[in-house]
Amino acid sequence: MQAPILQMTGITKRFPGVKALSNVDFRLFPGEVHALMGENGAGKSTLIKVLTGVYSIDEGTVTIENQAVSIGGPLEAQKAGISTVYQEVNLCPNLTVAENIYIGREPRKFGRILWNKMNKEAARLLKERLNLSIDVTLPLHAYSVAVQQLIAIARALSISAKVLILDEPTSSLDQNEVHQLFSIMRKLKNDGLAILFVTHFLDQVYEMSDRITVLRNGELEGEYLAAGLPRIELVLKMIGKDLKLLEELPKLSEEAGAAAGSIMITASELGRKGAINPFDLEIRKGEVVGLAGLLGSGRTEMARLLFGVDRPDQGKLLAGESGSPVKSPRSAIELGIAYCSENRKTEGIIDDLTVRENIILALQAARGWLRPISRKKQDEIADQYIKMLNINPPNPEHLIKNLSGGNQQKALLARWLLTEPELLILDEPTRGIDIGAKAEIQKLVLSLAKQGMSVLFISSELEEVIRVSDRVAVLRDRSKVKELGGGELNQQQIMQAMAGG
Amino acid sequence: MGGKMHRHHLFWPLVVLGALLLFNLIYSPDFFSLAVRGGNLYGSLIDILNFGAPLILVSIGMTIVIATGGIDLSVGSIVAISGAMACLTISKGTDPSSVLLVIGAVLASIALSIVLGMWNGALVTVTRIQPIIATLILMVAGRGIAQLITSGQIITVSNSNYEYIGAGSLASLPFSIFIVAAVLLIASLLTRRTAIGLFIESVGSNPEASRLAGLRSRTVILTVYVFCGLCAGIAGLILSSNVSSADGNNAGLWYELDAILAVVIGGTSLNGGRFYLMGTVIGALIIQTLTTTIYMIGVPPEITLVVKAFVVLAVCLIQSEAFRKTLITRWKKRNYPAEQEVTRHA
Repeated sequence: MQAPILQMTGITKRFPGVKALSNVDFRLFPGEVHALMGENGAGKSTLIKVLTGVYSIDEGTVTIENQAVSIGGPLEAQKAGISTVYQEVNLCPNLTVAENIYIGREPRKFGRILWNKMNKEAARLLKERLNLSIDVTLPLHAYSVAVQQLIAIARALSISAKVLILDEPTSSLDQNEVHQLFSIMRKLKNDGLAILFVTHFLDQVYEMSDRITVLRNGELEGEYLAAGLPRIELVLKMIGKDLKLLEELPKLSEEAGAAAGSIMITASELGRKGAINPFDLEIRKGEVVGLAGLLGSGRTEMARLLFGVDRPDQGKLLAGESGSPVKSPRSAIELGIAYCSENRKTEGIIDDLTVRENIILALQAARGWLRPISRKKQDEIADQYIKMLNINPPNPEHLIKNLSGGNQQKALLARWLLTEPELLILDEPTRGIDIGAKAEIQKLVLSLAKQGMSVLFISSELEEVIRVSDRVAVLRDRSKVKELGGGELNQQQIMQAMAGG
Repeated sequence: MGGKMHRHHLFWPLVVLGALLLFNLIYSPDFFSLAVRGGNLYGSLIDILNFGAPLILVSIGMTIVIATGGIDLSVGSIVAISGAMACLTISKGTDPSSVLLVIGAVLASIALSIVLGMWNGALVTVTRIQPIIATLILMVAGRGIAQLITSGQIITVSNSNYEYIGAGSLASLPFSIFIVAAVLLIASLLTRRTAIGLFIESVGSNPEASRLAGLRSRTVILTVYVFCGLCAGIAGLILSSNVSSADGNNAGLWYELDAILAVVIGGTSLNGGRFYLMGTVIGALIIQTLTTTIYMIGVPPEITLVVKAFVVLAVCLIQSEAFRKTLITRWKKRNYPAEQEVTRHA
């Protein structure tokens, strides 16, 4: 067997308060596609950033072609032969294709740029290495995202060509574009390039990669040959479960069926291109429906469609007893739907406002500006929810941006509970929250359901989903693949559906 | 106790205003003296309030626009258009001293200002042009509109009722001060007693999260531009009535810049979010006091702008916490060079 072109040994990276990577080994062979897998917080992106010089290494060594290197920055990474293409193409859309490929390294003579030479070389590079014949003098934005992606790869190749890192290259491509990219990845692989491939799509991992490295909680779980690792095993390793050790956890939710009331929301053939494939979903009054699936499987996208954040491009969505369509977040709120987003920083909290103001915001918005909630009432509400959800520090006049993530989450939960919704969509409500608070939130969800509220519960933690849900819908690769309820509701069934294949 | 005062958002603006007034007092000891002539109060302080009235009004409107993360460059042009509209209406009237005519002229100006504010708001919310560009359109075109109204001439009117708005007195104080007080009161009540203030700050701080919380951010943004146009319109009335004429070219020239400055000095961030109406009022007073001071100490006219620029730069730096910290650290280092030496070697 050949020697690895890249060998990372004992890599450790600490951030204040967290060990993002601890003692991770990773290797890449020339002429292989190597998938790096892991759930949120597993350390994938930290590893890539260490490799590309964005972060420095606290401990450990990196060798390239058996030579120890220290990568001090992105430029040094490029010089060492490591190039990265990110999910969002970071080129300049208003420059030409050739300019984008050679920017900063234009062929020059006496300081003058040799445009003809540059354009010719860019065209030749695209033709020979990527089988792409396009007009390189057109601006980048004249081409589709897929072609832009290829141009980014061409730029990476023209700089250095030993190791190519593709960080979720397929997440904004459609089927045909993905095939085009894959055929080029195969060609580059045959040319002897080592490709590190990061994706959330299991199908694509198995279609493309020769070897898989799994990270979990900043540690190396293992390195496997793709052919020798069944899908279900891979999912178990990512989530950190052993199939044999799975026990039935005590289920907190009551059996479905008896409790199910009238229909709260119906989605039929609802879908949005590039976000989630058409799905059917029905949630009844007082029912807790869980959404399970790996990161990037379309959980959040589904929630966003249900709340009217994004517009579906097909299908129908009817909510409430009247069966009205959901057109926008505002109309969703009017129909009694609330959505606690997973991205609390960008889509949840209002930085500059206090905890009290953040809590009353949604209710006040629904009342309109002419019917303000009196200050006395606001203080009462804030105190009540701070006590109920145990928000710390218990001062309603604190700016919310100074609270910890878990406490921000609780304040957002308070914002939505205050609107007394009939359907509460919770996207990762317990992420980054300590164990005690987690149990509190789970209990809260169940007690709300008992009072007749419907809940759509999204979480990466299967135990949690199973514990609170009456029914679980499973997503894989942006499709709803299965719905499990009653007796079928156990971890093994769910994981089988998540892994598919 | 002192630490708390320190952190109050009005602390530094008040310090600067106090320092400016103190400088004036030292330079000309009779700066604070007030005289009663013909039943009216006269004095430099009254002048600052009187001449500063239009700027304070424009700045109040600007504060609320900036709080949503926007900006309104067209206020100076709206000042000119509003004045031109009022003077034109009065000059076209058959009885130039009639009260009804003045009321009509004022209403016409205010209505026009509201329409212009709506135009700005619509460009920002409906066509989604960036606020700085959207309002730049009216800033440039507005001067033309004002010229069009006045047919390129300076319209002069003589109507004592109209003059009262900008030059009259009530309870021995200039009437314009009462207009400013009324607008300030209404703005404070609207933003702090209804929920609109919360909505403005929320939209300005995080538009996407606000949308997801069910806010109608478009309506909020449209409203603030309309309010800003209205404030500029009233300012235009005061300004043109004070001189009994309308000059489409020069009325309210560069007001947008002074107003933005007043807002920033008052502690409202250009990024939107929290806003401070009282801070803005003090900011506008600082600018007006500065202008008065520069005239009073006899700075040659050709360099007044340069002097003003330096003072404004100093004011902004004093307000910046980062700058103050650097200054203090530098100062400490300079006092203990030996200590620094030791740490460097260690």
